[in-house]
Amino acid sequence: LAPWIPVVGLEIHAQISSNSKLFSGSQVQFAAPPNSLVSFFDASLPGTLPVLNRRCVEAAVMTGLALNCSINKKSLFDRKHYFYADLPAGYQITQQRVPIAVNGSLSYSLCTDNKMGQMVTKTVRIKQIQLEQDSGKSLHDDTRSQTLVDLNRAGVGLMEVVMEPDMCCGEEAAAAVRELQLILQTLGSSQAVMAEGQLRVDANVSVHHPGEPYGVRTEVKNINSMRFLAKAVDYEIQRQIEELESGGTILNETRAFDSKLGCTVPMRDKEGKQDYRFMPEPNLPPLILYDAKSLPANVNHQQVINIDWIHERLPDLPSVKREKLVEQYGILPEHSFTLLNEDGLAEFFETVVKQTQMKPKKVIGWILNDLLSYLNQHSLTVKESPVSSFLLADLLNLLEKKEISSTAAKRVLAELWKGEGKTPLEIVKEQKLELLQDQKELEQICQAVIDGQEKE
Amino acid sequence: EKVSVEVLDHLEHLALVDFRDSEGVERLQKAIQFADQLHEVNTDGVEPMDSVLEDRCLYLREDDVTEGNCIKELLENAREKVEEYFVAPPGNIPLPKLEEQDTFLQGS
Repeated sequence: LAPWIPVVGLEIHAQISSNSKLFSGSQVQFAAPPNSLVSFFDASLPGTLPVLNRRCVEAAVMTGLALNCSINKKSLFDRKHYFYADLPAGYQITQQRVPIAVNGSLSYSLCTDNKMGQMVTKTVRIKQIQLEQDSGKSLHDDTRSQTLVDLNRAGVGLMEVVMEPDMCCGEEAAAAVRELQLILQTLGSSQAVMAEGQLRVDANVSVHHPGEPYGVRTEVKNINSMRFLAKAVDYEIQRQIEELESGGTILNETRAFDSKLGCTVPMRDKEGKQDYRFMPEPNLPPLILYDAKSLPANVNHQQVINIDWIHERLPDLPSVKREKLVEQYGILPEHSFTLLNEDGLAEFFETVVKQTQMKPKKVIGWILNDLLSYLNQHSLTVKESPVSSFLLADLLNLLEKKEISSTAAKRVLAELWKGEGKTPLEIVKEQKLELLQDQKELEQICQAVIDGQEKE
Repeated sequence: EKVSVEVLDHLEHLALVDFRDSEGVERLQKAIQFADQLHEVNTDGVEPMDSVLEDRCLYLREDDVTEGNCIKELLENAREKVEEYFVAPPGNIPLPKLEEQDTFLQGS
């Protein structure tokens, strides 16, 4: 049987972190009373016009720069037409012809199979990033055969990040999305919380034999978590292979991932290929961005966006932060990944290091093996840790000064975890865990043990 | 050159327009002919204009919350509502296919 090459591309929608919407002044907020965050424009009432939110443009430029894109100094807005109850205007304002950023790349890492915990770096090309409106939310009431529509989300700014089909499996797709999520959170351009719908992923999947052209692709939607992303992609790859090997064909269709059954199913309501009749948005002139060279003199700064100004103020991206951690503290690359993967863990580690004489290479073991496993066992975030960085540093100092043994330290940590407010020193004294340093005392104990043995 | 029945049917589905009768279709044909006059202009080497606003500045708004909180007015026009939600049918109700319709287009 000839081998199969799976091909995976992704379309990721990230909700922009802003106070107000992309083209209107209504608030952006999760879980508000239905239709309370809706302006006349969002409801598509006649006579309303879109007004572009500056913050949304800045968020898209930041993201484009962080993903090594070329920022288009002139980008355009278009209308994408389709009918659905949660799209009151009957079209979505998007950037189909000339998006704000193109031709970037994202590097991500995977653990290799071997137990050494080594990591391999991969790259996925970013085709483009475009600004577009989010739609409202439909709540399907099957019992009463109706749909309830909440327009709070209608008009919220989105950045659609299109990743080329450079990935080959669920693990790669999940790792790429995870890295993008970290980047967005570091930039602050999106909070990218998948559970709140701030980061939505659609996967394009196909398979082919080496040397042959790409196979027919399917689009997989309704993936609600990182875990399900890998599962959905791998399931679809398997499904396509099985279908083709049994003589069937793959339809160019849209499928939904059913998390309960762990499989993809064809989506209803998607009759054939859609004709979106793209047309230029007549109410918006082109979006012009400037850099230091092209910036006109005597200009109102509120009306102008300077790409170079934004570039200079980009924070350290996760990859840079990891390198710095490895260089500064001598920890392994895999450690730096784990530190950044858990919100607040890197800061916790650095605070402990500052307060203890123990070498960072030893501290990292306590952070990753002991602290982190406690947190995971109890499903706590770093912020919720009953053991603060001060307490842990205190404990590690006792260990470093050889006042307690390593085994004793673990027992103290277990006690500290109860969060009863005791200091490490208090616990050590309570449980009599001090290492005996006194030579004479040690001799006496040893002698007593020997004497006891002789009697028997 | 006439617009085919398939294209007319496709347009009716996409835009929910109703060409209604031969007069409606004729009007469309004339509109297309009128616009086609643009092809007579030599546009070699000329950047297409897609908006008369192309030289205007795109106004950028500050990211402040200035609108919203008008449920009452928004729901006023809704034929049906349930607890401040708009009510819609369970899914799109597609126009019947050409073969199933009893319209002018079928006869032409």
